[in-house]
Amino acid sequence: MKYIDEYRDKVLVLKLANQIKAISKKEIRLMEVCGGHTLSIQKFGIPFLLPESIRLISGPGCPVCVSSRKFIDKAIVYSKMQDVIITTFGDLIRVPGSVSSLEKEKATSANIQIVYSPLQAIQIAKENKTKKIVFLGIGFETTSPTSAASVLKAYEEKADNFFLFSSHKIMPPAMAGIIDEGVKINGYICPGHVSTITGSEIYEGIAAKYKLGCVISGFEPVDILQTILMLVRQFENNEAKVEIQYSRAVRPEGNLKAKQAINEVFELRDDWWRGLGIIPMSGNKVKEKYQRFDAEFMMPVEVPEPVEPKGCICGEILKGIKSPKECKLFVKVCNPSNPIGACMVSGEGACQAYYKYNR
Amino acid sequence: MDDKILLNHGSGGKMTHDLIGSLFVRCFDNPVLKDQTDSALISIDKNLIAFTTDSYVVDPIFFSGGNIGKLAVCGTVNDLAVSGAKPLYISCGFIIEEGFLMKDLEAIVNTMADEAKKAGVLIVTGDTKVVDKGKCDKIFINTSGIGILEEKHQRISYGDTIETGDKILINGSIGDHGIAVMSARNSIHYSAEIKSDCASLNHLIRQALGVSDNIKFMRDATRGGLATILCELAEKGKYGIVLHEERIPVEESVRGMCEIFGYDPFYIANEGKVVMVVGKEDADKVLKELQKDESGKNASIIGEITEKNKGMVVLNTGVGGKRIVDMLAGEQLPRIC
Repeated sequence: MKYIDEYRDKVLVLKLANQIKAISKKEIRLMEVCGGHTLSIQKFGIPFLLPESIRLISGPGCPVCVSSRKFIDKAIVYSKMQDVIITTFGDLIRVPGSVSSLEKEKATSANIQIVYSPLQAIQIAKENKTKKIVFLGIGFETTSPTSAASVLKAYEEKADNFFLFSSHKIMPPAMAGIIDEGVKINGYICPGHVSTITGSEIYEGIAAKYKLGCVISGFEPVDILQTILMLVRQFENNEAKVEIQYSRAVRPEGNLKAKQAINEVFELRDDWWRGLGIIPMSGNKVKEKYQRFDAEFMMPVEVPEPVEPKGCICGEILKGIKSPKECKLFVKVCNPSNPIGACMVSGEGACQAYYKYNR
Repeated sequence: MDDKILLNHGSGGKMTHDLIGSLFVRCFDNPVLKDQTDSALISIDKNLIAFTTDSYVVDPIFFSGGNIGKLAVCGTVNDLAVSGAKPLYISCGFIIEEGFLMKDLEAIVNTMADEAKKAGVLIVTGDTKVVDKGKCDKIFINTSGIGILEEKHQRISYGDTIETGDKILINGSIGDHGIAVMSARNSIHYSAEIKSDCASLNHLIRQALGVSDNIKFMRDATRGGLATILCELAEKGKYGIVLHEERIPVEESVRGMCEIFGYDPFYIANEGKVVMVVGKEDADKVLKELQKDESGKNASIIGEITEKNKGMVVLNTGVGGKRIVDMLAGEQLPRIC
């Protein structure tokens, strides 16, 4: 397959692996921020190709994992309203809330539809004028532009029965938060698709303040190995800078149109991250101008303060302090058919990636 | 147990297994059922009979490469054939929604007749029920089938003669059916049309059994895909399985769709793929025999049974890494058969 096979080329992969082995002298801990990277690393068996001096740690970049239980609990309250159709990406369906999940509510009577894009939710809104269509907006800089675009479309087309329930977050504050918490790493494998939107400059502050190499990486094995090589090289040379490995998709300035849509619709607010708690100015809230499409504003609901499940260490896993294998619940109690914590639910969650590929 | 049935209970993955074990096998308790082979193996007088049943609820009912009727015949024929049996007679039960178009029903039934003829089986009994509009989704079909089994093939269903060094074969590319159905369901138009591999495999399997008495296990890789079958096989813990990603055929178009939607072709359903475990000395011979048949022309030896990694399926990835392959937990694609 063109544009994929080139980046899965065995000869090239082995060449990169050998180059890494040749230059890696000091012990180095690299955090892959993004769940997509965790998945690729485990799926292609990349740790098997690396020398012992290199340790890869999974980070907080799985949207489902870092969202609060409260978000699911509130979505469930919406789903129980007679006139509401919930539209959502598929992976949210199975995330456990405090007492139920959207999957269970769907089996009871809730109208929950899986969509691939929030723009489909607008279509559903047009076809169901008597219903309120709530889209569960989740994800980082990669998904927030489409949520923003859907709000703009609803505004233009007067789809007044469309509501965005935003849990959108931005990445850099969490990456800084992890270091502030005292987690020891020597470099960041930065999410390539976030930077296709934002550009590369969002990591400049982190590289400068914490003296950490940040390399923006693609998702194929060659991409990831080349990124590791670049980070090891920086580390061995005592450098800390932002580099773009994923240059075929990322421009330093990012995608201006997408950034414009985000800025038009959202403003930053303090937000809660699993494992990291409240991080100032890390979440996306719908601006006043578009409030009539904001589910939280138009249909405020209250839910009891959720309790995190006993024994679940998702928080520490998301910070990279612990690995899924160190969790007592891992495999025996918590597995993809009975997920206790969010990291086991999402295909991008570290626990599920380890469960599937590296038990 | 959950207090309600979730879609996931029907995924063919772990939750389905748990439900079967904790409810059906427990309550219907008998030695034949306990074996949980693809077809039940029973003897009447001195004749060995394979007996199987399956229901079809695929959505949409027409897709590229087949329809629900073709699936219903092929699926049951294949369940019998992978037991080593010669499929003979099939029953079919229709549950039809009020208002269903007669021309669609005719099209489905004609396909079933054609497919039965090709497979050399007779559809000898049936049942028809019509339910109120909205009480079922267009049409559901159940088929049951029986076939006769030679004594020398009766261990194939159990796979209990498998040993270290045996080779694992598949008769062609994986994932075609699941992706064809998903494309039809979501009206996704891809430059190369992806056709379901839905086909009766009894003739192909007969040919293979004709050249070797060393075929130790067969299973059709339907729901849960290739990965699920091999995990079930390894689960018994007596040996490990190693697979070589480079040797597992996946069509370009299927790979493309999997990349876009984040599916793993290892878990995608097939309706015309048999996985065989063959003694190593016969593996090449069986491979050549499979390749002679239209539905086996892309057959490949994809792995082997190992002493190491007992209870696990290990994949040598295409890029030179290693990882484990696990049972599918959770539904990748509902209602694909």
